[in-house]
Amino acid sequence: MLAQLDELYAESLEKLKAATTTAVLDTWYKETLGRKGAVYLMTRQVGQLSPEERPVFGQQINKIKTDLENAYQERLAEVKAVELESHIASSALDITLPGRRPARGGLHVITQTLREIYRIFGDMGFQVYRSPDVETDAYNFEMLNFPPHHPAREMQDSFYTTKEDVILRTHTSAGQIRAMHNYYPEPVRVILPGMCYRNEQITTRSSIQFTQVEGLAVGTNITFADLKGTLTEFARRLFGANRETRFRASYFPFTEPSAEMDVSCFLCEGEGCQVCKYTGWLEILGSGMVHPVVLRNGGYDPAIYTGFAFGMGPERIAMLKYGINDIRLFWDNDLRFLQQF
Amino acid sequence: MRVPLSWLNDYVKIDLPVKEVEMILTNAGLEVKTIDYYGLPGADLEWERDNVVLGHILQVEQHPNADKLVLATVEYGADKPEVVVTGAPNLFPYVGQGDIAHLNLYSPLALEGATLYDGHKAELKKTKLKGRELRGVYNRCMLCSEKELGISEEHDGIIIMVKDEYAPAYKAGTPLQDVLGDAVLEIDIIPNIARCASIVGVAREYAALTEQDICYPDYEVVMEGQPLDNRVVITTENAKLNPRFVALLIEGVEQKPSPFWMQYRLRLAGQRPINVVVDISNYVMLEMGQPNHTFDYDFLRQRADEYAPDGPIHINTRLPHEGETLTTLDDITHKLQPYNILVTDPLGNLSLGGVMGGLNSEIKPETKNVLLEAAAWNFINIRRTGTQLGIHTDAAFRFSRGVHPSQALLGAKRAAELLRRLAGGTVANGIIDTYPEPAEPVKVDLNLNYARRLSGLNLSGTEIANLLRRLEFDVTVHAESLTATVPDHRMDIEGGHDLVEELCRVYGYGRIPSTILADTLPPQRGNPTLEQEERIKDILVQAGLQELINFRLTIPERENRLYAGDKTWQTDSADTYVTLTNPISPERSVMRHSILASVMDIAANNSRYQGRIAIFEIGQIYIGQPDELLPQEKTRLSLVLTGQREVPHWQTGDEPPLYDFFDLKGILEHLCDNLQIQVQYEAARHASYRPGRTAQLLLNETPIGMMGEIHPLVVERFGIRIEPGQAVLAADIDLDALIPAIPQAYPYKPLPTYPAVREDLALIVDKTVSAASIEEALLTAGGPLLQEVKLFDVYEGKPIPPGKKSLAYHLTFQSASKTLTDKDVSKNRKRLIQQLSKMGASLRE
Ligand SMILES: [Zn+2]
Repeated sequence: MLAQLDELYAESLEKLKAATTTAVLDTWYKETLGRKGAVYLMTRQVGQLSPEERPVFGQQINKIKTDLENAYQERLAEVKAVELESHIASSALDITLPGRRPARGGLHVITQTLREIYRIFGDMGFQVYRSPDVETDAYNFEMLNFPPHHPAREMQDSFYTTKEDVILRTHTSAGQIRAMHNYYPEPVRVILPGMCYRNEQITTRSSIQFTQVEGLAVGTNITFADLKGTLTEFARRLFGANRETRFRASYFPFTEPSAEMDVSCFLCEGEGCQVCKYTGWLEILGSGMVHPVVLRNGGYDPAIYTGFAFGMGPERIAMLKYGINDIRLFWDNDLRFLQQF
Repeated sequence: MRVPLSWLNDYVKIDLPVKEVEMILTNAGLEVKTIDYYGLPGADLEWERDNVVLGHILQVEQHPNADKLVLATVEYGADKPEVVVTGAPNLFPYVGQGDIAHLNLYSPLALEGATLYDGHKAELKKTKLKGRELRGVYNRCMLCSEKELGISEEHDGIIIMVKDEYAPAYKAGTPLQDVLGDAVLEIDIIPNIARCASIVGVAREYAALTEQDICYPDYEVVMEGQPLDNRVVITTENAKLNPRFVALLIEGVEQKPSPFWMQYRLRLAGQRPINVVVDISNYVMLEMGQPNHTFDYDFLRQRADEYAPDGPIHINTRLPHEGETLTTLDDITHKLQPYNILVTDPLGNLSLGGVMGGLNSEIKPETKNVLLEAAAWNFINIRRTGTQLGIHTDAAFRFSRGVHPSQALLGAKRAAELLRRLAGGTVANGIIDTYPEPAEPVKVDLNLNYARRLSGLNLSGTEIANLLRRLEFDVTVHAESLTATVPDHRMDIEGGHDLVEELCRVYGYGRIPSTILADTLPPQRGNPTLEQEERIKDILVQAGLQELINFRLTIPERENRLYAGDKTWQTDSADTYVTLTNPISPERSVMRHSILASVMDIAANNSRYQGRIAIFEIGQIYIGQPDELLPQEKTRLSLVLTGQREVPHWQTGDEPPLYDFFDLKGILEHLCDNLQIQVQYEAARHASYRPGRTAQLLLNETPIGMMGEIHPLVVERFGIRIEPGQAVLAADIDLDALIPAIPQAYPYKPLPTYPAVREDLALIVDKTVSAASIEEALLTAGGPLLQEVKLFDVYEGKPIPPGKKSLAYHLTFQSASKTLTDKDVSKNRKRLIQQLSKMGASLRE
């Protein structure tokens, strides 16, 4: 009987070794260690043994059972590992195939630029104030110190409407007086974004419609040095912390002193390139201290209050940042353009 | 304004590199737009210092073998002079005159190996000078024309420069770079630097900015002729429009070419030389900024013989008579406006004051006696006149920006003296100066604290005064303020703020510190409406839509394409459009009434190459108000979907499913869910949309917009390219109504503690019964335990009887206080079925 046991043990181990799939292993298990398997059948033969032989046989059969169980587990792990490996090997993907993309939406690049401007000035306490696109000559020109027939008006060709003295605003500066009337006597710190219109030929550099962001700060303690500091801070947030700014004298009827702000060219690092016309500087915005006439028109006494104002074009900023060379692209709304941003 | 640095150097020392000069001027508001180099490094053609030099012409002889060539002996600083073969016609007059060294004729001489432009080529082509035999005489050098040096197109003769008492001290052998080499700065004259529209004007600024003295031109005139005052009388009728009129008479001028140095300066400054009289007139205008005008004196005298045979010429400036016309020297006859000021005599008009001369009174080639006018004109009136008549002369450019009356006398004297010196004229004795109301010196007070507060500079009164003095202000400093007398070449200083700009400019904008705002921070209120608009944009972008920004100028016809046939839908009548009187194109003449129309246009443009179009715009429309000056600006949202719902992928093949009505509705539901707004959809009709697939959006029973499938006729009119079965979906919503309904805050729904029980229920109802009514009935009948009703299938066809449809729902029952039993749920289910059978619904088994 013991010899039979040894034989069964050897035979089973042999079969186990030969099994290379989990299915064959399953069958082996049923046939060997299952409820009606070979080992069980051996156990039932214990009755044919003498009482003396029984404990030895019992011990032996338990040992075989344990050993086979262990051998099975070991073999199963081996086979599973091989199977998994081969499954993985056979299910490799061509990872160079294109992915499945979600339908993509996006904000217009002007909106993205505006939001950047809002965020930076928002951090400095400037709030967004909006005013109408269709304006009176008074808000757009006269109250901003552009007298009728003044040469400064030549710099901005207006669209006139069938209503006398009603025009399309030529700049968002038109909202300055409205903001001052709205906030007086509080100090003012606003930016005025919006659409502007000028009667100019549509070219790669100019458009009849464009966006502009005007800024205005009015208070009892605001200097030209503050203008420089605030706008330099803005330029560094927008174009990089190591940008230099240059302020040069300029002219706007509604500011005095007036200044253009240039930013050191971030394309050539000031070395000179086509974009900065080999000057190393990029013209970014016009600015100045609010003209006393404008302060007075806004209700603020220029003997007590001072302020600064500035204006910039989001399209120009985007053109510089992304190397866009045709302003008309902003208005064509070609999805192939818009979805690049 | 083109400024040659060598000319500028006459009045102020230019000893800095060109780039530094550029920076100094640009920073102070005289923006240098471009720099053109002539002969110097940086020029397209740099004149080689060793190979292109100044030559002195000693002798000119006929070429032994050629009629059209001469041999010029030229001294150029070498051991012996060079004999040069040339065909220059302007050397022929000197043939056979023997030694002409005493005539002091100089010319640029290029030596063998020099690079020049080829004078015979139409374009600018560089060529290297090689020695060669010309009709038997070996020639290795060349006397140069302007074209060969890149100065102008002139190639009729060589440059001949005469050294006389007014010319620079030419010396043979000097590298030509040092004689004619130049850098010309093009300065942008913005309105407040009208005073810089002249070389002297720029020099004055440069002197102030570099702390140098300026050396003004000599304004003295030698008057040796007969007295003038009994020969010409001048009156001005309107001292506001013509404050000053100065006249001098120069007799016996010889009309010949002006000297080369003057021609050269004019060329560099952008003026074509004509003859000495015209050139001097232009030269003085460019030099010191005062335009002047020359009349043919004999012509004026002839006319006077008619109206005053024994009396003086009478010049009078006045406004036009009714219907008066004037023919300007370009032979164009203008109908005059009541404000155009004229220079006239009793027989009629002679010129358009400050703008352009008249054809008849202009000097002619035979004119010997010149009456010179230098006047002052009101700048706004000149601007109006120039703009209205479309005349843009150099004189009008300057007068329309403001030339101070003080300059008229200086300009007249300067021009007269140059005519005397360079044109051989004699200046009649006496200056006629009609200046009835001389301009008072402008005095401006500046409070020192104000100056410090505005500039951010902590300067003393004396320091500020010294900065202003550099710009020729006469300054008196008081304890708390100063008084500055404005120099009489300036018309732009009105108040203390102007002085602050001047002191900042001279101090240097770059040297002013940069500080962070220390002023009180205003109350921070934000801009809630803008913030909600931006939030709506973000939600739509998240849903896969692209934002557009469109032109807001359009025409009613384009917008009317939105309405299929039925005109009654056009609630906006034409007169509520904001209409332009000067549109740039007939396609853009009114401000839009509809955003949807522009979004549809963009959909059409993109439909040529986009399979998926999902776009929106948020912006204003403009509705004119009959009783209000300004229109109402209303904010709306329009969106359009058409084409593929998904991005095509290689696994789904070429034709992914197309957008339909429920994509649009889903996006709107997604939007409203995000905004926590309850919107109802009500079947509706609208001329833009396809009947049966149109809904009106209601917010608290108020209509706030439309949505649906665009009417096929409208799609066609907009030219949107679609495939069979492809729909164009659109919505147009009033954000002025929607945004105020967005709650600031709202309570959250607690998460359930006890498990939910899900039941499915399929109902058969009449086809006409709306899904919304069934859902509402289910929710009502289901009681508080029915948490959610979700439609998962809609089916028509066998085995459902005709005229009926099947709607299948997932029902979710849940209690906040206990775990539901089967009994609880089945009780509810029974009640539901009972209630719904009352509506004609039956259970589908
Ligand atoms: Zn650059």
